[in-house]
Amino acid sequence: MNRRPITEDDLHAYVDQALEPERRAEVASYLDDHQDVAARVAAFATQREQLRGTFASIADEPLPAELNLSHIIESRRRSPMRAWWAIAAMLLLGIGGLGGWTMRSVLQEGSSGLSALAQEAAYSYGVYAPDRVRPVEIRASESAELTRWVSNRLKQPVKVPDLSVSGYRLMGGRLVATSHGPAAMFMYDDDHGDRLVVLTRPMSNRNLDTPMMPQSTGDVAGFVWADGGMGYTLVGQLPGDTLKPIANEIRKQTRPI
Amino acid sequence: MKDMLVQVEPLIPALRRYARALLRDRAAADDLVQDCLERAVSHWHQRRDGSVRAWLFSILHNLAVTQFRQATARGRHMPIDDAGERELVSAAAQEHRLIYQDVLKKITRLPEEQRAVLLLVAVEDLSYADAAGVLKIPVGTVMSRLSRARERLLQEMEGVAPGNVVALRGVK
Repeated sequence: MNRRPITEDDLHAYVDQALEPERRAEVASYLDDHQDVAARVAAFATQREQLRGTFASIADEPLPAELNLSHIIESRRRSPMRAWWAIAAMLLLGIGGLGGWTMRSVLQEGSSGLSALAQEAAYSYGVYAPDRVRPVEIRASESAELTRWVSNRLKQPVKVPDLSVSGYRLMGGRLVATSHGPAAMFMYDDDHGDRLVVLTRPMSNRNLDTPMMPQSTGDVAGFVWADGGMGYTLVGQLPGDTLKPIANEIRKQTRPI
Repeated sequence: MKDMLVQVEPLIPALRRYARALLRDRAAADDLVQDCLERAVSHWHQRRDGSVRAWLFSILHNLAVTQFRQATARGRHMPIDDAGERELVSAAAQEHRLIYQDVLKKITRLPEEQRAVLLLVAVEDLSYADAAGVLKIPVGTVMSRLSRARERLLQEMEGVAPGNVVALRGVK
């Protein structure tokens, strides 16, 4: 029989009861022949029991009301609905009062148009990020095609940011409609399934450069900025201090040289 | 939503235990667990296949790390006072209380990343692969941190265990 040598990892897995029965038996017989190692392993096992004993009582405490999962589910269920109602109400207002809508975009263009871009990104996030079936139209595997498509439609060379250093993978992208024409949307996710949306389109002021500004709409938050007349925004359901470095990374990669 | 309740609810006590072992402070730890549950509820449909337990621990651990960073940035220290210790082990049987208090003291002296591995593996029963996923490190790193944490804790424990040879070492 070809026996693999017993390693340090095997000893820990023995203590943690993580070995297959066969390997466990091999380690046990090794320990029979090596008393010094056996003493160390026994000490690890005692230590493990002491650790478990130390913290065991916490898990037996009754749960406080704020950790009642049904309550948490209930309150979450109510708040996203409020956000959707707000969006629906805004859309209705937009349809109902064309004058109001025009007025609004004039006001926003007056303040560089960035807040309009931020809104568009939040809407796109609200529509596409929860989509389990087809969140993106062109997948990351065809990113060359995606780049070609959106660059053609935006009449600008568009670069798809690579966020792998921040732990986010490109899922893909699509073209979305905004009141200022087409915009390119890219979606990313991490190992926890947290999704981020990057939305970019040309601004009406083709020379616009602005600092990075925080923005939030409902529970979607992020940053918005413009470089060389292109507007960019990153949004997600993460805290601002998590999103800021990612936004910086995007700005670094997309900035015209 | 029903399956979420069934799968997540039984894990809440373990999440509290891990949070309290990391933060020591009961209120701060429960706040963290509450944040974690809120995220779990809102991202439930986005989780990948695999263990719900590992997924929840990974959300919780991320939140804890963020909080540690913020606390460090503000120059604030996590509470490591004796009151927390007493509270933590008050429910334990009298004969174990001293050992447990000692374990607590020793484990807080471990480097943060070793402590997290030891707690996830030895107390929370995560597989090595799941612990690696939670901590976003390779399994090999989990093993080496686990080994270092155990050795170090062992040395520290030997230093005070009653009736141990090391009592002699104490006399200079």
